[in-house]
Amino acid sequence: MGVTDIEAVGPTSRIRRRGPLEARLRHGREAVIHSVLFLCASVSIFTTLAIIATLLEETTGFFREVSIIDFLTDTKWIPGLGGGPGGLEPHFGILPLLSGTLLVAAGAAVVALPVGLLTAIFLSEYAPGWLRGIVKPVLEVLAGIPTVVLGFFALTFVSEDIIRVLFPGTKIFNAASAAIVVGIMIIPMVSSLSEDAMSAVPCSLREGAYALGATKFEVALRVVVPAALSGIVASFILAISRAIGETMIVTLAAGATPNLTWNPLDSIQTMTAYIVQVSLGDTPQGSLGFRTIFAVGMTLFVMTLTLNVISQYLLHRFREVYE
Amino acid sequence: MTAAQMGFRRRLFLRKTTAAGFALLCVLATSIGIATLAVLLVDVTREGIGRVSWDFINSFPSRKPEQAGIKAALWGTIWMMGLTASFAIPIGVGAAVYLEEYAPRNWLTRVIQTNIANLAGVPSIVYGILGLALFVRAMSLERSVLAGSLTMALLVLPIVIIASQEALRAVPSSILEAAYAVGASRCQVVSRQVLPAAFPGILTGIILALSRAIGETAPLIMIGALLFVPFTPSGPLDRFTVLPMQIFNWTSRPQPEFRENAAAGIIVLLIVLLTMNATAIILRNRFQARARQ
Repeated sequence: MGVTDIEAVGPTSRIRRRGPLEARLRHGREAVIHSVLFLCASVSIFTTLAIIATLLEETTGFFREVSIIDFLTDTKWIPGLGGGPGGLEPHFGILPLLSGTLLVAAGAAVVALPVGLLTAIFLSEYAPGWLRGIVKPVLEVLAGIPTVVLGFFALTFVSEDIIRVLFPGTKIFNAASAAIVVGIMIIPMVSSLSEDAMSAVPCSLREGAYALGATKFEVALRVVVPAALSGIVASFILAISRAIGETMIVTLAAGATPNLTWNPLDSIQTMTAYIVQVSLGDTPQGSLGFRTIFAVGMTLFVMTLTLNVISQYLLHRFREVYE
Repeated sequence: MTAAQMGFRRRLFLRKTTAAGFALLCVLATSIGIATLAVLLVDVTREGIGRVSWDFINSFPSRKPEQAGIKAALWGTIWMMGLTASFAIPIGVGAAVYLEEYAPRNWLTRVIQTNIANLAGVPSIVYGILGLALFVRAMSLERSVLAGSLTMALLVLPIVIIASQEALRAVPSSILEAAYAVGASRCQVVSRQVLPAAFPGILTGIILALSRAIGETAPLIMIGALLFVPFTPSGPLDRFTVLPMQIFNWTSRPQPEFRENAAAGIIVLLIVLLTMNATAIILRNRFQARARQ
């Protein structure tokens, strides 16, 4: 059974008969490449499964020794790493770490959401092309600054030269300076995703409003923003998820004292900063103290994943409306 | 002038004033991000520029701040970049080619696609926890530069895949169709037509992904990159440190001299990163300009 293969060569084409072996070889090579590429794509699935398996295994081990109710409701986080000389009774209540994380995320949101949205409106509705060509790359550079550098900035500049000057007596490590800098970090994310959403709003909507005599402000706030709302909200949620998972800024600037407080001038500890503290210390691996990082990591993973899924759902719905 | 006309004029004036005020507000908001970036760069340069010298780049860390340097961190960063790139680029581009050119439209493809988008949003410290459990412990690679690079490769993989997919999608389908029409097999179409056409876009994505990996600290703290390393790695199983770890270490010390070292380290790190980012932006602009023609 011969297979006919047509190859076009220059202006004339020739038909060549290929043996079954050659055809099978070609077919086989295609199949091998296909499966190798599929394996590449499935690495991402294995990554997710490995993350979930790791967190689940160690977290269930942790909850065999600590009740899950205590973990979620106890208001003290005293993991008793390395025994501690005072012999304090260990407490494993996530609430102080959670409140620290939420305090920083809320502060960051207060900074980044209005600033990011107004930046997006400026870029999408006001800025001429040449200005957008300058501002967007600059914001991308800001987005590319490593978080350890932002942490240095939060500690040595925002905390020392701004917060402690405005509020004398504040400790060097405080939630406010970390929150402000985390907010600065997520501005580019809010502005670029919101701008994408606004650029997708059809021009006919804007033109209709302008034809009725609306000002630029009215077009931006009453036509473009409502039309792009689900994309904007998606960018907000994604940015908050980034703020919750941020590690180096809060480790360097927010402190290491688990503290159930809503005062941004206090020193606090976030979930991520706690994980870093344990892995930098000499807590023996396999001990209960070390297992805490997996329980805290699981809490962090579940929170950010939920936010990401909501954000993607909104983005997806938004795409269906205008495409 | 009637009362109605006067009312109209007053409202029009108010609306125009609001519009002007809002425009100003937008300009101010946009300048906050840019101004902060400028302040950060000036602050770091002012604090650290005095320490940047050949000795600083070519010395090992030391307990004496004035003798300390970033040699070990710089070599660790170079090692980690090379290894991370060699894992993340083939797998990432392969996955993107599969999803864009090979994958059937079924539930499995949709799951993979959604999953990649979700992985891009997982906090980097969670990748560190995974790296610690999988590479350091289960595969007993210890706290080596190889374990760090594998962790970092998983972290940047979603970025490489998403950017490569966008680049592949931008290749006009007429090119594919022409190649198929003259009898090319799928792998010939991909390797000789699609990949070369998408190359600048893929390269931009790879550079951005690697610049993310260069700046990451948290996952490496988790897998236990060292804070004090007076040597350079000589193989993939050696222990290591990287620039951001060295900066973190110096920043968290109380003595101001070490803080000066941290600022100097930041200057070196930012020069590397800004060069990479600028290359990526130039490549992308050139690519976009050509695509528009």
